[in-house]
Amino acid sequence: MKNSNNIVRVSKVTKDFAMGKTLVHVLKGIDLEIKTGEYVSIMGPSGSGKTTLFNMVGGLDKPSSGCVFIDEIDISQLDAYELAWLRCRKIGYIFQTFNIIQVMTALENVTLPMIFAGVPDDEARQKGLELLDLVGLKTRFQHKPFELSGGQQQRVAVARALANDPAIILADEPTGNLDLTTGDEIIKLLKMLSREKNVTIISATHDLKMLNVSDRVIWISDGRIEKIENREELSISLGQVGERWG
Amino acid sequence: MQGKTKANPPQKQVVLPYGKSVEIAVKSIKSRFFRSLITTMSLILAISFYSYIKTTSHIISGIFASGDKVAARKLSLQGYEIPAGEKYKTTPKEKWILYLSLLVCVVGIVNTQLMAVADRFREIGTMKCLGALDRFILRLFLIEATLQGFIGSAIGAVAGCVIALSGALIKFGTAAVANIDLNNILLSISSAIFLGCLLSIIGVLYPALLAAKMRPVEAMRGRD
Ligand SMILES: Nc1ncnc2c1ncn2[C@@H]1O[C@H](COP(=O)(O)OP(=O)(O)O)[C@@H](O)[C@H]1O
Ligand SMILES: [Mg+2]
Repeated sequence: MKNSNNIVRVSKVTKDFAMGKTLVHVLKGIDLEIKTGEYVSIMGPSGSGKTTLFNMVGGLDKPSSGCVFIDEIDISQLDAYELAWLRCRKIGYIFQTFNIIQVMTALENVTLPMIFAGVPDDEARQKGLELLDLVGLKTRFQHKPFELSGGQQQRVAVARALANDPAIILADEPTGNLDLTTGDEIIKLLKMLSREKNVTIISATHDLKMLNVSDRVIWISDGRIEKIENREELSISLGQVGERWG
Repeated sequence: MQGKTKANPPQKQVVLPYGKSVEIAVKSIKSRFFRSLITTMSLILAISFYSYIKTTSHIISGIFASGDKVAARKLSLQGYEIPAGEKYKTTPKEKWILYLSLLVCVVGIVNTQLMAVADRFREIGTMKCLGALDRFILRLFLIEATLQGFIGSAIGAVAGCVIALSGALIKFGTAAVANIDLNNILLSISSAIFLGCLLSIIGVLYPALLAAKMRPVEAMRGRD
């Protein structure tokens, strides 16, 4: 019935938040299928529900109705231990605010998920150094976050997201707090990783530069999917965007 | 439903070995030295008071036992009386002040630890996103509190003891310390340290539970 290489499947997901006595419908029925290795961008204005959708897909929050399947497993069926395992091994998170743990060095930040995964110390350290090298921070592994620029912190976050070779990387506005060039570098880095490691990347953004590297773009507004564009169709609308901006 | 495969082989388990927990806790205390110091300060004060009172009672028992008439008269003048042949007991008034100070200390610890948890919302949420279980967070907070408790109460216990002894030496001369059983002093110090660790853990219990129970989304949404 379903394509077996769907790494993520979102089915009829809605999410309501209680705001005092009123119920706010933030997601109003999202259906989505994402294939292994795809680079998907979720575009939408601020407040359209991107982060909310991410929290559902990442197992950080539960939908009000509908299901999220990761590898065809309904994650609402998982207990706390399985959910922690999923967050640790299957999914890598990248946030707009970097969320590097302030009291730890770059290397310690990258090895933390490996510690949780039970990787032996030496191996974790070795791999942590390799990952920091990969994101271009080889010489900075002993630096604390406050000694790193925003772009460098986000690189640490990318390395940390890759620590346990996740199948999926969820990046919620990864360039939102970065200047243009640094943001560009992070986008290139993500694209390179998705190619080299065949990681599925799902990235929320309202950064149009993200569109260039995406295999698919999902436009959402007001809690609904407006349209889904493949790469080919994209160049057309990008052209329009270019005209409008140019 | 096809999704309901509930295989849970043991390798599908996240871990945080105790050695690593201690390592992370020590790192955290060091990096937040000032806050740790404030948390520990009320403990140092309360435990040094406890240790002072304990040591003083040993000193008084020692002086009465020594039969040093001059020193004993000085003590009586200050209001210390004990029936012949018995050990000096802490007075109800002293006890009352002592309990009060310990209570204030615990309330102080709860307060600073709650602030610490609020400060660390983002860190806790991030750890949970990386796969930490509730009990990892709980454990980190408990280890930190135990370490802070141990260091704080060790300082407090020794300080209280030294203050009591030197005070007595000045007032009563060598008679004050001549008859003290060193074992009793050591026992007081270790009981003070034990009490300090206990208070520190009691104080962190509620804040740590709050931190551990926090859902990662709430933590991520926390103030910037
Ligand atoms: N926990 C919550 N309680 C109430 N409202 C929320 C909560 N989380 C998100 N919202 C609301 O849901 C809407 C979508 O938020 P969000 O998913 O963060 O949007 P985006 O990431 O696209 O900017 C916003 O209007 C926001 O106020
Ligand atoms: Mg958002």
